[in-house]
Amino acid sequence: MDVQENKCTDLVEKTDTKNADQRPKWDNKAQYLLTCIGFAVGLGNVWRFPYLCQTYGGGAFLIPYLIALVCEGLPLLYMELAIGQNLRTGSIGVWNSISPYLCGVGLASMTVSFLVGLFYNTILAWVLWYFLNSFRNPLPWHHCPTALNLTEHIEECKQSTPANYFWYRETLNISPNIDINGGIEGKLVLCLAAAWCIVYFCFIRGIETIGKAIYVTAIFPYVVLTIFLIQSLTLPGATLGIQNLFSPNWETLKDPRVWLDAATQIFFSLSLAFGGLIAFSSYNPQKNNCERDAVLVGCINSFTSIYASIPIFAILGFKAQTNYLECINSHVNTWAVALNISDNNVTEASYELWFTHLNSTNPSFVKEHNLKMCDLNAFLNQSASGTGLAFIVFTEAVTKMPGSQVWAVLFFIMLFTLGLSSMFGSLEGVLTPLLDLHIIPKRIPKELLTGLICLVSFTIALIFCLRSGNYWLEIFNSYVGSVPLLVIAFFEIIAVVCVYGVNRFSDDIEWMTGRRPNLYWQVMWRVISPLMLLVVFLAYVIVEAQKQPTYKAWNPNHVDFPKAEDQPYPSWVFNICVLLPAVPCCLIPLGVLYRFIQLLHKYTTDRNTPEAYDVET
Amino acid sequence: MKMITRILLLIFLPSVIARDLCKDGKDGYKVRLSIKTALGDEAYEWNESEMFLFRSSLAFAMRKYTQRETFDISNILVCNETKRVSFVFVVTSPNDSTKLIPKDHVASAVRQHKHRINSAFLLSDGTLEFVGIPPTLAAPITYSTQPWLIVFGVVIGAVAVGIVSLLMSTMTRRRRAADKGVDSGQEEEQMEGIVKGNGTSLTRLESKDGVYNQAFSNDERFTKL
Repeated sequence: MDVQENKCTDLVEKTDTKNADQRPKWDNKAQYLLTCIGFAVGLGNVWRFPYLCQTYGGGAFLIPYLIALVCEGLPLLYMELAIGQNLRTGSIGVWNSISPYLCGVGLASMTVSFLVGLFYNTILAWVLWYFLNSFRNPLPWHHCPTALNLTEHIEECKQSTPANYFWYRETLNISPNIDINGGIEGKLVLCLAAAWCIVYFCFIRGIETIGKAIYVTAIFPYVVLTIFLIQSLTLPGATLGIQNLFSPNWETLKDPRVWLDAATQIFFSLSLAFGGLIAFSSYNPQKNNCERDAVLVGCINSFTSIYASIPIFAILGFKAQTNYLECINSHVNTWAVALNISDNNVTEASYELWFTHLNSTNPSFVKEHNLKMCDLNAFLNQSASGTGLAFIVFTEAVTKMPGSQVWAVLFFIMLFTLGLSSMFGSLEGVLTPLLDLHIIPKRIPKELLTGLICLVSFTIALIFCLRSGNYWLEIFNSYVGSVPLLVIAFFEIIAVVCVYGVNRFSDDIEWMTGRRPNLYWQVMWRVISPLMLLVVFLAYVIVEAQKQPTYKAWNPNHVDFPKAEDQPYPSWVFNICVLLPAVPCCLIPLGVLYRFIQLLHKYTTDRNTPEAYDVET
Repeated sequence: MKMITRILLLIFLPSVIARDLCKDGKDGYKVRLSIKTALGDEAYEWNESEMFLFRSSLAFAMRKYTQRETFDISNILVCNETKRVSFVFVVTSPNDSTKLIPKDHVASAVRQHKHRINSAFLLSDGTLEFVGIPPTLAAPITYSTQPWLIVFGVVIGAVAVGIVSLLMSTMTRRRRAADKGVDSGQEEEQMEGIVKGNGTSLTRLESKDGVYNQAFSNDERFTKL
């Protein structure tokens, strides 16, 4: 007996360690932290936060932003990391463990991660295209290309700006509206393929390769941001831009939209509800201080947003200053030509005096030439967010700097690495649940599975390479990457608080970290975060529902060109806009229904088959 | 007396005619120079000598354009000079000083040699303007291979090498693991079998004591309801 028992325990121990080894794990804590930070810190930190900060009264915006971080961001982040670390499975396994009726939440997470990965990598393909073109001298978006007769520039470019022309015509070759599909753009397909190859190369063995790649992709953006910070502060007009960014306008705090935008910005910025964070922490050893990790990741994400906005706005201030001087020069030229004033008599300092003098003495001349006084503030307020900031505004600013190729290359590599580390999170949100579902036969190596995921994503993302692709990307961006995430996060926190129980959760955390979550976490999880999520979700839906479903089209034949044309979505496109968020959200009630049907089925079969050991005495 | 008036007339007539030809302005072009804008502190003074240089460079342009007719400074007539520095010029034919060279010929001549004229004055297309003669823009550079394709090739090549090397290392790792599996014998196989068979119950053992035994806790929930 003894010998047999020993043999049994030996086998059990060996299988234990074997199973523990079978789940991949991080090489060290730094990899895990850098991956979470890389996932949270993405393109939005660079091109959405500075825009919001400037629009909503600069320094004053930091108040709702930090309140949202404390009340909504950190508690949800801590909850996701803790639950992944505790239950050691991806998003589907985690919610399935808490309650089988919640299997839909995990599926919804996986679907949203997949859809977001599709369009996010297309943005990276565009970044790659710009990176490849930054090696030309002069930069291709610096001057308008000449028309065939060599006497003037191309009309479309003359009416707008070279940077606009390069983005809309030479890169996207955009069609005038979403109905016109146009053909596929070959160069974009090549860049998309390259982007997916690079992602595959880093993602090929899951966290084994991600953990190595993250050292570069997470740290490099900070290096480049610091270089830009130092360089931008030396440019003229930089202080103007920074003043414009941070000068607080306390009036904006009265507008509820500011609070809504702050809450949504924090939520989307931390990449919650994707399932990626749960996946990453599931590879941790169970005895790990996830509280410190959560606070660290959340604070570093917000710090990066603020840190990135300084060089961005310094450079935008420089651009505004340069445009202002150019405007003055062109006005001076017009006057000098028409009124025969000796050149260099009008300088920048005397410009305003001359303009007012001219306006009073010769108003017809001013009207005839459509001269509006050059206003520095108007130039400063010409900010943009999203792809407009990166590919139009910033590229224009870069052409005015000395050594523009270097800055362009650095900027686009920074954007690429920022986006790449966020892609890892999305793809892990797809891969880990798939592996945990055990539907993939063990014969298929992980490399093949990741390759298949990348291939399928690339094929579907080819729609973004059509001439109307940018319009479709905007649809995906606004409809998929917003409402479903809020819904999933709400169900997540309800699952933990109501179904699992905060007390049980706190016990688990005490076992993992050695410390019970304190009063702040308890209050946030039980009351404030769910309430805040619900309010934000309802407010967001109401605000979006009130907006007309229109999009901005680039139509050279439009009357107001170069202003974008506001076009309504055709009905078939609008149906897709509604379908895209509806599909992941519907997976949640469908999951409940499926389990209920399973239960009924089991109940009826149990009743019909007699009990095997039913002994009646 | 009559001789003197006739001689005086002959002397002044060309200049009178010249001024008339120039002032008629139909075949003339207005020229605008912005020397101070272009050169700033190093701007030179516009005087008679500079005008002489202008007229001679224009005569040079006309000579090169026609390639046979010998234009001279006297064929370039200037009027309407202003302090801004702008003036109007016309070109007369070398054979007949009363005949003007038509506008389009002058325009083509200027366009072909604008660069030389600009360089003579250290100016550029923007600062030495011929009103009505648009400057020839630089022809777009055509590449045999697009420059972005070259960088693309480098990037894709590096990534492909990386992927292939990773896949090779995976295959060698698997082959080594398979060899080790064959060597260690039957015990390993038995354990493999147990692991695959009861995956759920054993994976949960390493966590807390019996709380997450999925196989059992799931059943409990079903039967309760």
